[in-house]
Parts: sequence; structure tokens; C-alpha cells
Amino acid sequence: MSEKDALFSKKNLKLLTDPLSTQNPITVQVLGICSALAVTVQVKPAIVMSISVIIVTAFANLIISLLRNSIPNRIRIIVQLVVVASLVILVDQVLKAFVYDVSKQLSVFVGLIITNCIIMGRLEAFALGNKPWPSFLDGIGNGAGYGLILIIVSVFRELLGAGSIMGFQLIPEGFYNFGYVNNGLMVLSPMALITVGIIIWVHRTRKRELIENK
Amino acid sequence: MKGQGIKNFFDKHRPKFEKGGKLHPFHSVFEGFETFLYVSAATTKKGSHVRDSIDLKRTMIIVVLALVPTLLFGMYNIGFQHFHAIGTFAEKTFFEVFLYGALRVLPALVVSYVVGLGIEFAFAQIKGHEINEGYLVSGILIPLVLPINTPLWMTALAVVFSVIIAKEAFGGTGMNIWNPALVARAFLFFAYPAQMSGDSVWVRIGNEQVVDGFSGATPLGMALNGVFDYNIWEAFWGFIPGSIGETSTFAILIGAAILIITGIGSWKIMLATTLGAVVTGLLMNAFAVNDYMAMPFWHHLILGGFAFGAVFMATDPVSAAQTNRGKWIYGFLIGVVAIVIRVLNPAYPEGMMLAILLMNTFAPLIDYYVVEGNIRKRLKRAAV
Repeated sequence: MSEKDALFSKKNLKLLTDPLSTQNPITVQVLGICSALAVTVQVKPAIVMSISVIIVTAFANLIISLLRNSIPNRIRIIVQLVVVASLVILVDQVLKAFVYDVSKQLSVFVGLIITNCIIMGRLEAFALGNKPWPSFLDGIGNGAGYGLILIIVSVFRELLGAGSIMGFQLIPEGFYNFGYVNNGLMVLSPMALITVGIIIWVHRTRKRELIENK
Repeated sequence: MKGQGIKNFFDKHRPKFEKGGKLHPFHSVFEGFETFLYVSAATTKKGSHVRDSIDLKRTMIIVVLALVPTLLFGMYNIGFQHFHAIGTFAEKTFFEVFLYGALRVLPALVVSYVVGLGIEFAFAQIKGHEINEGYLVSGILIPLVLPINTPLWMTALAVVFSVIIAKEAFGGTGMNIWNPALVARAFLFFAYPAQMSGDSVWVRIGNEQVVDGFSGATPLGMALNGVFDYNIWEAFWGFIPGSIGETSTFAILIGAAILIITGIGSWKIMLATTLGAVVTGLLMNAFAVNDYMAMPFWHHLILGGFAFGAVFMATDPVSAAQTNRGKWIYGFLIGVVAIVIRVLNPAYPEGMMLAILLMNTFAPLIDYYVVEGNIRKRLKRAAV
């Protein structure tokens, strides 16, 4: 990368937008599925989780990229873990301080951001070999790609499973009087997996270059 | 020559559906109907050229025929349970009882076929392949394994889920991992537990007043609570509450006979499933620590969905094990798991559905090891 690259050059913008679609961490690279299943029952925790992951990936990428020339290769994983863990603890404390109820809902999954494959993957694959600014953008892009899928899944799950979005009742009372019943399966994690599967199906049908040729 | 008339009709209209014809986009519908009535005239292009006249459509129709006794009995039983619940059974004629049930079962059947075949036709058009005939059987199986009080929109939703997620997503008929009818039932079972289990879903009451002492629970549902208030012979003939098609072991045995004589259903799987249940049931009896575990083992074969599952669900040629030895293992484990879930899991009175779905998942693995074992055995023999 040349020194003269503008802050938001085409190349840098691609780092932001690619993970939203053709390089999406969940639907294309199939990373970070575990938390995608766990925190998508309702929209609000999914949004909070997405923001937390965006912050952690962005700053972890930035810090590791700044350190990349001084980290001994053999202990790089440990260094990365320390950086990610510190960031996660920061995020966790902030959540506890300002949105305690959501933090309680997310429970262990905020702490488990440490083990989110997307973060380690981006550190290994991108931050270790690129300058800080592109790394930062790459972190935001991947976090956002993860968050996008999380929010889509959670919208379907909360709407069909509880009849509401963000806690607001969307399905009118009259429907229930006519015999409509919330779908209990949407609240269970298997349905999150199936929803992600359907999103992958739709995504691949629209972008045929994603279909791998055997 | 009535048949010739239909044939002429197809011949006359065929050009419209061929490439370049006006109605070409609907050629798969045309093909579907033609091959439904006549054996396909198309010849194979490569590979094996010997084809049996019993093709997929003929196979499916025989399974549907085998299901007819359970369907008819199910209709009668719905009326039987209804009029017993409101206490007017003695005043009704056989025909009135049957008609009451038939009018309650038919809508579910129609919804299942219209929705399911509609999706199949749509997918055949979009993907440009022939219409998959697999739904002929699933379409009748799905209403048969549901309680009579299932709302029609739930039936429709379950059909949509099972055809799209369990079948089309995997590549259509012949590619599915799980039995589509059971996926539909499992979907409803987990999505709407209140409508799929309990004591109030099995008997259609309508707006009538029930008689004193009526409970509506299935024998298995009661057995789980330690109550054994049923007559096993009544259960064998099928006069007990339950899903529409599952109650009469006798009607199911007629279906089993049709499947076995025509060679369409695997007797190995049916027998192995029964053996698995018998062995597990005997073990439960031997180590019984409560009343349910002490229930005579052969009652398990008659009550609930065991017979229906063993005959019509476990033998599904697509999702079952393919190898001969594999079929024994597969069937046996279905029987074992079904009884274990029934007796040892306090949450589910019936375990047949989950047992079959679980073993469907493992069927390819069982086949893999059977084939590998065979290869190893033969290699040993071939060694000098």
C-alpha cells in the first residue's frame, strides 16, 4: 500500500463494505456462529452485542497492527489474547454500568467475545500484515458484517417468536384472539441456525459467484 | 377405449409444452401429470438402460394405498371419540359417526396437498426440473400424524417448513436427510407445544358439552402419570384418542402387509424396530422401579405412534439406511430409543418421532461403516 492512499480511498472503502456482503464473516466465512445463535432471541441484545463486537474487532485490529513489528512471532497468539481480553473487559464493564439489564441478558456471551473466531481471524489474517488505519477499517467492517446478520436473524426470531421487535408488540392482539400463536421454535437456538441457513441460501442465490465449484 | 382418450389428449397438447411452444414455462406441470397417468416414454441417455415399470410415482401410490385403511379408520375414530365424549354415541349410526370424522379430517388433507404440491410445482418451475412426486406420500402422512384439533394454518405452516427446509434445501425428493412428514410434525411439536400435546388436543369436542369423567388423554399420556386406564384390545383395534392415523394397530398392520407383499416397505426395518422395542421393553420390565417401567412390554407396540412410525416412517426409503445390515441396526436402534424416551423421559409421552428423526440422522453413518466393514472383510479374503 502506498503512503499516499487517501483515508477513504476505494481500497480502504472496500475493507469496510466487503465484509457486509461478499466476505461476510457469518454467511460466507461461517465464523462466530456460536454467539450468533445465543444472543439473537431478541433484537436489543443483538444490537448491543453487535456494537460490542464492532468496538472490540476495530480496536484489537488497530492495537495489534500498531504492535505488529514488535510482537515476536512465537508468542503472537498470547499477545493478541491479552489485547482482546483487555478490550472485552472494558466493554463488559461499560455495559454493566450503562445497560445493566441487557448486560445481564447477554451474560457470559460478552466475555466470550474473546473466543469469537472473527476477532482472532482478522488479527491473524489482516492486522498482523497491514497498517493501522486499514486494519481499523477492516475491524469495523467485519464487526458490522457480523452485526448485520445478527440483527437480521434477531428481527425474525423476535417477531415470530414473541410477536414484537425491541420489546414493542407488533402483532396486534386481534390475531391472537383469532387463534394465532407465537412460534415457540423461533426462540430455541436450532431455529437461529436454520435462519442463518436461509440467509446464506438467499445470499448465494443473489450473488452466484459465492457458490463454490467442486 | 377410455384410456386412449386421455392419451390422445396428452399427445394433442404436447407440442404446446415443448421448447418454443406457448406454454413451455409450464412443461414440468404437463410432464408431471402425464407421467402420473402413464409410464414415461423417455429413455435413458447413459448408464443403466434397464428400468423397472415400478417407477417412483407407482411406488408412492402404493404407499398411499397402504395408508388408506389407517386414514379411513382415523376418520371413523374421530367421530367415535367425539360422540363418546359428548355421550350421544349410542344414538348415532355408523355412517353418521364416520361422516363426522371425515368432514373434520378432509380439510387437513386438502390443505396439506394444496400447499405442499403448490410449493413442489413452484420449485419445479423455478429450478427447471421435473415435479417431485415424493410429496404424494408426505401429503397424506402429515395430517395423519397430527392431532385432530391442529388449526389448519399450523398444518399449512408445517408443510411449508418441511417441504422447503427439509426437502428442497437439500436438493428435493431423494436427497432429504429426514423424513419430511416427521420434520413437519417435529416443527409443530416444538413450535406450538400447547396445540400438539396434552389432554385436550386429541378429541374433537366442538361446542358440545362433555360427559362426566371424560379426560381426552391418550393412554401413553396417562401411563406417564402412572394411570393405566385402557383396554389393550380396544387400543389394538384403535378406539383410543391419538393422532388421526396412529391409533389403530390393526389398520396399520393391513398397510404393513401391503407394503411387504409389494416389496415397497422393508420388512427388515419393521421387524428390527419391533425387536428393538421388545428388547428395551423387556429390560424396562426387568429393572422396573415404577409402574410405567413395569407396563407389559408388548403394550408399547400397540399404544401411541409406535406401529405407525415403524411401518410408514422408519421404512421411508430415502431417509432410512440403505444396506441390509444397516437396516437391522437402524431399525433396532429406533425401537430402543423410542421406548427409552417414552419411559424414562418425563417430558415426552411419545418418543417414536424423535427416535426416527435421530436415527435418520445416523443412517448414512451406519451405511458408511457397514460398507467399510464389508470392504475390509473382502480385502482380507483377497489377500494372498
